[in-house]
Amino acid sequence: MTPGVTADLQALAEGVRAGQRPAVAAALNLLDDQRAVSRTQATALMTQLLPHYSVSTAQMIGITGPPGAGKSSLTAALISHWLEHKQRVGVIAVDPSSPVSGGALLGDRLRMTSEVDNQHVFIRSLSNRGQFGGLSQEVWPMSLVMLCCFDIVIVETVGVGQREVDIASSCDTTCFVAQPGSGDSIQFLKAGILEVPHVVVVNKEDMGAVATRTLAELSGVLNPNHPDGGWTVPVLATSATRRSGIAPLGNTLAAHHQHLLATQRLQVRRREHQARWLLRCIEDEYGKKGVLQLGGAPAFIKEFSAHSANPLEQYSACLQRLSITH
Amino acid sequence: MSKDSTRERPWLMRTYSGHSSARASNALYRTNLGKGQTGLSVAFDLPTQTGYDSDHPLARGEVGKVGVPIDHIGDMELLFDQIPLDQMNTSMTINATAPWLLALYVAVAEKQGVDPATLQGTTQNDVIKEYLSRGTYIFPPEPSVRLTTDLISYTVANIPRWNPTNICSYHLQEAGATPTQELAYALCTATAILDAVQASGQIAPERFQDVVARISFFVNAGIRFVEETCKMRAFTRMWDEIAQQRYGVEDPKARRFRYGVQVNSLGLTEAQPENNVQRIVLEMLAVTLSRDARARAIQLPAWNEALGLPRPWDQQWALRMQQVLALETDLLEYDDLFEGSTVIEAKVQELIAGARAEMARVAEQGGMVQCVDNGYVKRELVQSHTRRMRDIESGALKIVGVNCFEKTAESPLTAGGDSGIMKVDERAEREQIESLLAFRQQRDSQRVAAALDALRHAAVNGDNVMPASIECARAGVTTGEWSEVLRGVFGEYRAPTGVDISTASGGDEDAMAAVRARVLATSAELGRPLRLLIGKPGLDGHSNGAEQIAVKGRDAGFEVVYEGIRLTPAHIARAAQEEGVHLIGLSVLSGSHLELVEDIQQEMRKLNADDVPLVIGGIIPSDDAQQLQERGVKAVFTPKDVDMNQIMHRMVDIIRQSHGLPATAA
Repeated sequence: MTPGVTADLQALAEGVRAGQRPAVAAALNLLDDQRAVSRTQATALMTQLLPHYSVSTAQMIGITGPPGAGKSSLTAALISHWLEHKQRVGVIAVDPSSPVSGGALLGDRLRMTSEVDNQHVFIRSLSNRGQFGGLSQEVWPMSLVMLCCFDIVIVETVGVGQREVDIASSCDTTCFVAQPGSGDSIQFLKAGILEVPHVVVVNKEDMGAVATRTLAELSGVLNPNHPDGGWTVPVLATSATRRSGIAPLGNTLAAHHQHLLATQRLQVRRREHQARWLLRCIEDEYGKKGVLQLGGAPAFIKEFSAHSANPLEQYSACLQRLSITH
Repeated sequence: MSKDSTRERPWLMRTYSGHSSARASNALYRTNLGKGQTGLSVAFDLPTQTGYDSDHPLARGEVGKVGVPIDHIGDMELLFDQIPLDQMNTSMTINATAPWLLALYVAVAEKQGVDPATLQGTTQNDVIKEYLSRGTYIFPPEPSVRLTTDLISYTVANIPRWNPTNICSYHLQEAGATPTQELAYALCTATAILDAVQASGQIAPERFQDVVARISFFVNAGIRFVEETCKMRAFTRMWDEIAQQRYGVEDPKARRFRYGVQVNSLGLTEAQPENNVQRIVLEMLAVTLSRDARARAIQLPAWNEALGLPRPWDQQWALRMQQVLALETDLLEYDDLFEGSTVIEAKVQELIAGARAEMARVAEQGGMVQCVDNGYVKRELVQSHTRRMRDIESGALKIVGVNCFEKTAESPLTAGGDSGIMKVDERAEREQIESLLAFRQQRDSQRVAAALDALRHAAVNGDNVMPASIECARAGVTTGEWSEVLRGVFGEYRAPTGVDISTASGGDEDAMAAVRARVLATSAELGRPLRLLIGKPGLDGHSNGAEQIAVKGRDAGFEVVYEGIRLTPAHIARAAQEEGVHLIGLSVLSGSHLELVEDIQQEMRKLNADDVPLVIGGIIPSDDAQQLQERGVKAVFTPKDVDMNQIMHRMVDIIRQSHGLPATAA
């Protein structure tokens, strides 16, 4: 690595820390870039930022749920709520890509218009790439970058598959948005596809009786005691379009964050989530065999969540141990 | 001459027009009436249609472009200066702000000393199709439907000869609808509106027949004029049945399918534009040949619509087409020409069956309003339009001068100093803003505040908004103020884009594969997937082009960020940066491309992101195209560019060039 590159990277890292939009955009572009030279730079950038994201007390919230539940509108409504409380918000929105062309339509910003025209909001869409680096491997490092400069980081996914759900579950707080009147939501939870969410929302409460019924059904299916311990899973009703129930939802999400901080579990969870992200990356590229070669899943998770680290460096370390030259 | 006694009376002849200012449009209207036009059809500019005053930042570049700017009663008075409203039949293409423009019309009538009860004309007042095609909606569907029903209820009671709504299938065809879809969605919209009027309880049940009788339609006629004739016969029959069975209307006259027409603009070409004349005439036949399904009012586009704004002479030519058909030919001397034709009848039956099946699908999902909100209808339309574009690309659909017989002699029609189109006076916007500022100074601000309060009160309490709106008009409230109050009560809405359709097949598969390979190779060279932002800046809601490029881009392997219509330059610049795109593609059809590009470039510089290349598509005259390229726009696409694979290649070329890559992928 040339000294010039280091100086550039340092400036980039400082720009990210200061929340400068061009720097944040450039950092995300770099993390997205699969060229070998860029991977090296990206790893160096993550090392520069490690002292910040490893101690960040910003909140990372995963929002997931079936298509049509109104997640984007709800996210937009929440953004307004947070802006009123002077909080800066970063969003990573994951959309599906076309299996044929690899192309994607990223329209998630659609319903957020009035909110995004605010300098305290930054939104990056990502597709679930079939051909580029597996299923949005970039989400985790990108959300760490956002932790360095935003008070709240949202990862929004369309919950159509296991991986989208995994991505949302990697957040400090997971919020599941259900569609009124759709049995899918109940099945989704029953089937255990989702690690138990911390907050469940029935959006579109303006639909009336249907929403009330779904609310009751969900409350029936859910075990209110979250396996994390010490947290009771609330089921809330909102209407993103009518902006009702938004403040209570915002407060509930904040309460979960306070709960993690008070029980000193925030950093522990993040290290664990990073280890699981790493495991998924290895699985995607080298299969179960690769994981076994690295000691098997339980040992792997234990080893890689022992202390905070640069995720890209950990990844390179894994590759080296698999004796694959990068 | 002996036949004259049995001749049908000709339909109303109009020309959709308005531009620059109320004064200029008034002069145009009076000229047109002098040429034998028998009604007026007012085109409003986009700020007026979307509820902004001329000095609003979003209105920049749009004032007076696609129609006349109306900010307040002073403008409306000027627009109808020396045109006695009791003798006029005025059609207003106005939707989200329809109650407001009608209120202004009523207030002007009062000032002219005309009894509003005698007014005749039409407010388009069909917001549902705006979500699907034209894009000048403001509020969410539910309050929009409520405003629509308020206007209907008000006029049925107070202005009995007014056509309060013109349910539009016109714009659905422009957005790609097949005849079956046009039938189905227009009729579903009509029943959704009528059901809402019924449910509002503003009309006594015994008077509901009057409401049904006042519903009129605005229909499109495409070049397949035999099928279009059948479509009109199908409409007539289906509406009769709906009025009788669903609403119990006994009087056959009250069940008549009354409709006006503007013939197809989608099929008008920029290449060899003189061919549009014969297209327009043939399309006119579709809505006049069958006496039983003949249009009540016709307005024809001008031959040069795909080039830019038509001049008065171009509009006169369009009017003369109607006059020749109505007055010189023997068409109006006969009964229905198709009575007894088994060929026509079979086609009519086929269309009816198809439309019924589609109507059932809409009903299953809870009706038209739900199908707008959940994106179903929009996706179906985008799908149909994509199919059409692929067929043009592959040559399965022939368009003379575009994908066959492209060679042409130079046209003397476009050779003149004005390139055959009208230029809007650049001072129009500034003058309009100056007059607006002066108007605001001289009005009674207390009366304005009280009128706006009353409007807010009516909106919140569910009272009919018309009386309060009429008082607003008299008090000197502006278009922006009226809309802002309702925005505050109802909120704003963004409609589904419909571009999330599954990959459409068809078209030239080999050409597509070649593009895809280049996108993929270039992505690999640049380290990440090529990202493209499709932006629709300004107030223009004609989103066909943007949608088709978005779908094509996705199919070609781009990651496409498309957020729908009506975005500010600042928003587009910001989105381009946040999303890390390699290219920005803008789509502008309203004529405000110069201003909007300038604003976006400025915003990009502010964000330090002006290294992202910019291309634009739209109805852009060649002089402007050259100017845009001089200002750094990398490519200008116009309706002539029908080969979308070529457009994709150009985009890849531009991205490669801006990253210093060799022209061909490694």
